[in-house]
Amino acid sequence: MLLKQEALAGTLESSDLFIRITPSDDPLEIVIESEVLHQFGKQIRATVEEVLDHLGVTTGTLIIQDKGALDCTIRARVQAAVMRAAGETTLDWEALK
Amino acid sequence: MRLRRSMLFVPGSSAASLSTAFVFKPDSVMFDLEDAVSLREKDAARLLVFHALQQPLYDGIERVVRINPLDTPFGHDDLQAAIRGGADTIRLPKTDTPEQVRELEAAVERIERDCGREVGSTHLMAAIESASGVVNALAIAQASPRITGIALAGFDYVMDMQTQRGDGTELFYARCAVLHAARAAKIDCYDVVFSDLDDEEGFLKEVDLIKRLGFNGKSLINPRQIELLHNAYAPTQEEMDYARRVVAAAEKAEKQGLGVIAMGGKMIDGPVVDNARRVLDRAAASGLRKE
Repeated sequence: MLLKQEALAGTLESSDLFIRITPSDDPLEIVIESEVLHQFGKQIRATVEEVLDHLGVTTGTLIIQDKGALDCTIRARVQAAVMRAAGETTLDWEALK
Repeated sequence: MRLRRSMLFVPGSSAASLSTAFVFKPDSVMFDLEDAVSLREKDAARLLVFHALQQPLYDGIERVVRINPLDTPFGHDDLQAAIRGGADTIRLPKTDTPEQVRELEAAVERIERDCGREVGSTHLMAAIESASGVVNALAIAQASPRITGIALAGFDYVMDMQTQRGDGTELFYARCAVLHAARAAKIDCYDVVFSDLDDEEGFLKEVDLIKRLGFNGKSLINPRQIELLHNAYAPTQEEMDYARRVVAAAEKAEKQGLGVIAMGGKMIDGPVVDNARRVLDRAAASGLRKE
């Protein structure tokens, strides 16, 4: 999926996460800030990478501020940010597992 | 038998609420994609709900999704998220006619077929929010075999009636009409939200009224009301003792192949046995009433 514009998704409330996604021609860069980075950083990154892989996102920058989001919230927020950045309004539900 | 005493509204855009609402143990949780979600967050809320539905956190709780009306730009996408996510029930807001239910039923079936979900496995619930809806309540309740319940929504209804919430007189006809429609259609019926969160006495008074009218339960916006509601619906020791005797007499009669159930020299009708079983189910779910 081609990222066309900068997009935001999520909030800084507890149990949520806030994502800023910026298009670029450089390989994907993911920056994660989290109070539980030491415990769950690898897991959060793996989930984010899996979602991006499913959506075919290979370039751009994601800055993520995690506030203790569950796996399901991480997936939803990354997908929302990518859809907004791509300007997509029609969802391919099969790609959103 | 599924108990439907409490249906807790959870804003579909709130990650925190979606992650924690299960701890309050409502009978049903309703992820709201309609009024609780601003226009610019509809897309993100839909995704949050789609993923939250797939979590095991809500096992044992009926998962309902309130979609936007199908004639809005959001309704059909909401339906995709809800059905593909695994929602048990779709709540259709602002249901005025049986045709709206049939339109929803057809859309649900198309998505079930597309995603490989068993056709017929998604239940429907219609929210009645207008004078037209109340007048058409029976036709709405009977519009689809998927309908498991109808709910009266007070705020929009009183606006449509050009009145306002008061002591309940303004809802009396609608409550009775919607409830009769539900009972005639053999489905469940939810009463309106009680929105004054600080008025516990008023809430319990309203619960007492709707329980005596025959409602299965209420829609709720505050989890603090769940325990109060469940306790009000819990049977007393006396009611449970009587229910046990009735069920025991019915089982004895069945074992002996008797067509007539008798207890203490009096005949007991089938509906009395059904009611006794409901009392025991409520006791099993929430214990005996704490006075």
